[in-house]
Parts: sequence; C-alpha cells; structure tokens
Amino acid sequence: MKTQDQDPVQNFTKLTELTYVIQVSEAMNQDVITVPPTLTMCEFREVLRAHSISGAPVVENGKMIGIISIEDLIKTMGACEASSSQAVNAVMDTTSVREHMTPDPETLYNDEPLANAINKFDKLNFGRFPVINRQGDLVGIITKGSIVQALLEHIHAAYSEIEVLNYPTGYFFEDIEADQFNLTLQYQVNAEDFDNAGEASSQLKKTLSHLCLHPQIIRRVAISSYEAEMNLVFWGKGGQIRVEIQPHQITLETVDTGPGIEDIEQAMQPGYSSAPEWVRSMGFGAGMGLPNIQACTDEMEIESTPGEGTHLKTTIYLENSE
Amino acid sequence: MILREILKIIEGKTITKNVDLDLEVSMGCGSDLMSDVLAFTHEGTVLMSGLTNPQVVRTAEIAGIKAIIFVRGKYPPQKTIDLAKEKGIPLLASKYTLFETCGRIFAAGLPSCGLFDLATRQWEDRFKTSE
Repeated sequence: MKTQDQDPVQNFTKLTELTYVIQVSEAMNQDVITVPPTLTMCEFREVLRAHSISGAPVVENGKMIGIISIEDLIKTMGACEASSSQAVNAVMDTTSVREHMTPDPETLYNDEPLANAINKFDKLNFGRFPVINRQGDLVGIITKGSIVQALLEHIHAAYSEIEVLNYPTGYFFEDIEADQFNLTLQYQVNAEDFDNAGEASSQLKKTLSHLCLHPQIIRRVAISSYEAEMNLVFWGKGGQIRVEIQPHQITLETVDTGPGIEDIEQAMQPGYSSAPEWVRSMGFGAGMGLPNIQACTDEMEIESTPGEGTHLKTTIYLENSE
Repeated sequence: MILREILKIIEGKTITKNVDLDLEVSMGCGSDLMSDVLAFTHEGTVLMSGLTNPQVVRTAEIAGIKAIIFVRGKYPPQKTIDLAKEKGIPLLASKYTLFETCGRIFAAGLPSCGLFDLATRQWEDRFKTSE
C-alpha cells in the first residue's frame, strides 16, 4: 500500500485524496483487546485465539507500556533449545508477556490523516499500531485490514453519492426558484415519414433524461409519446407533439389535421384496429396504441372531429412516481 | 443473465459489432407487435422478434430494451443495423423460431416480464361476460 508513486502529481488519484481526508480514528478499531504484562505467554496465546487477533497493546496501571504480537509468540516457541512440546510448554508457562513484548511501541494519533498511517506501515512493516489521543490515552488499534475496510466504505459512500446525483427524482426542479415555471418542448412530426417515425419521441426521451427525472416517469412519457407519434405518422398526416414540463406534472399533447376518429370509445378498446396491412407489417396497428397511452398516463382526453383532426391530451403526475 | 450465456443457449451470432457480451438482461419478451413490446415489458428486457425494420430499434430505445434477438434466421436491413449502432442497442441473431428461442432462454432461467394490469383486466372481463 503506497500513498504515492514515482510521479506524485500524476498519480494523485481519488484514493490518494481519500487517505488525506480520512483520519486514523475513522479506520481504527475502537474495541482494543489489551493484555497485562504479567500474563504468561501461554495465557497470551489463549487471548489471541479467543479474540481471533494477532497482537495486542500491553497495558499496566492504565498506561500502555508495550505491544506484543503473534510473531513474538512464535519467536518464544522457536527459541527453545529443545524442540519437544514439553520444553516449549515449559517456556510458555514460565515466561511473561513483559519479557517478550516490544516496549515503547510506535503509535499513531487518532487525528492524523490516514496517509500517515499508510506511510508508517510501509516504512516499519509492522502488523498493527496502537492509536492514542493527544493526551496519550490508548483509544484504538489500526491494522492494514481496518485501513482497507475504511477505504472501501468511503469509496462505496462516494459511489452511492454519484448514483444519487444521476437519479435524484425531481432534482432538476429543486434548483429552479420561481413561483411558476414550465418548460415546453415541441416536435413536428411528418406524415408517412416511416424511416424517422419515432425520432421525436427518441429526442424527447433523451431530453427528459437530462432533466434527471425518475427513469420510470421518463419511460411512461416516452412510450405514450411514441404511440401518439406513430398515430400522427400513420393516420394524422403528421402533426405536432407538445410537451409541457412542470414541477408536479408532465402534459403531452398531439394535434393533427387527419381524418379524425369516428368512434372514440371503440378506438379505446384494446385490440380494436382499423389499420391497413402496411401499418401492421411495421409491427403496429394491433389496436394497442390508445389503450397503451392510457395505461402509461394518469389522465387522457381525446377530442376528435371526423374530417378535421384529433387532439390528444395526456397528463402524468410527478408525485408518487414508482 | 448476460448476453454471452444467451448466445450460447440459442447458438446465436452477433449482428452489430463490438457487442458487450457481459451486458446483463433481467427478463425477456418475445413479440412481433411493437405496441405489445411497449405495453408489456420493463426496463432491462431482452426482446426476441421476427420483425426487422428500424421501428424495432426505436421501440427498444423507447421501452428501455437492452438487446434485440432476431429469430427464424432473419437478418435486419442495413437501416436497422445503422440505427441500432446509433442508439447503442446490440443486435443478435437466432436461427430458431420465436417459440424455441424464447423457450431455450426461459428454460435456462431468464424470467418473463410478468403479468400486466392491461392484459389481466381485459382478460378477466372477457370471461365474466361470457359466463
């Protein structure tokens, strides 16, 4: 673990920055297991096993006087001249933590940046450092593992923040300060321009996604707009799509001067269609257009006069989305 | 399920270039009716269709379809491929029928888009009146 590489400026990553933002206290473990110096090495071994730790500060009369680790334990066992288990046990039973600990251990302050801790691990290659406050009290212990965990937690938090920034429902509107406000988008749809049929709704969808609306809202607006656009292309001899965006609702209107709808109630029946074969061959005209628009919107009104044209108005509310 | 697994299951091929085979889809829909695709899918769906015109790609874009598989050995016209490239929607090809392509993928564990109010309401009503 290194805080900087050969070229510190070039390699100053987000991670490096984090190591300067995070304090040692945020990466340390506060529940420190300490041992008294009078403990035998045998008892110390049991402490390590019971707590699944690999080292502990040695505390006497409330004051940290040293640190002892599993490596000291191994050295103690290895130093026995006779390698029989009886000889090892004898040494473990008769020698104390005080004899094998490292006195006056290197420490870190709780308010130091994490980068200092990482440097110290690099330089001294120790497994752990006791953490003290400016008054000298033992407040925690830090290991490479706890550093990695703290960094991962911060990266996760930063990542979540970015996600929220991408999808804050209505975030766009919160930045607008006005008593009244509406944004109107208008698209012209050409009759029987099949190659570009749907392009207006495609542009609308893209625009709405820039406004940071809820993805489900965007999908509903896009689908109703697309179905309405197809109706303009197939039936309406072209026309306009007008979308009005307000903080609480999105209104979508289409106006055409096409043949109009004779029987609106019949046209609203799912499956009812008067589409000719060429419309069906494009995957439309199955009688789902208007029912689909209705299913995607909260309100829908159609006014149509045969021979004059059709006016469709739909509303999607932005509250209670999802 | 990722596209790589799907391609293996249907012994399929990619049509558009540089397809991200690790792209994850969470459900599937098989239809030649674009309005049905709009009405009966959710974001993150893979679409199986025998229809190859550019409207399939537009429909996919509007409905948030992640990838399209053309079935029955159909190969889309260049207009469709160009639009898919522009919209960033991967196109795949299957030699099997719509039924078998869907069936293989469904059997391998990809769920359908589920039931929709628009479908069930109409369905229940129909049987009520005939009783």
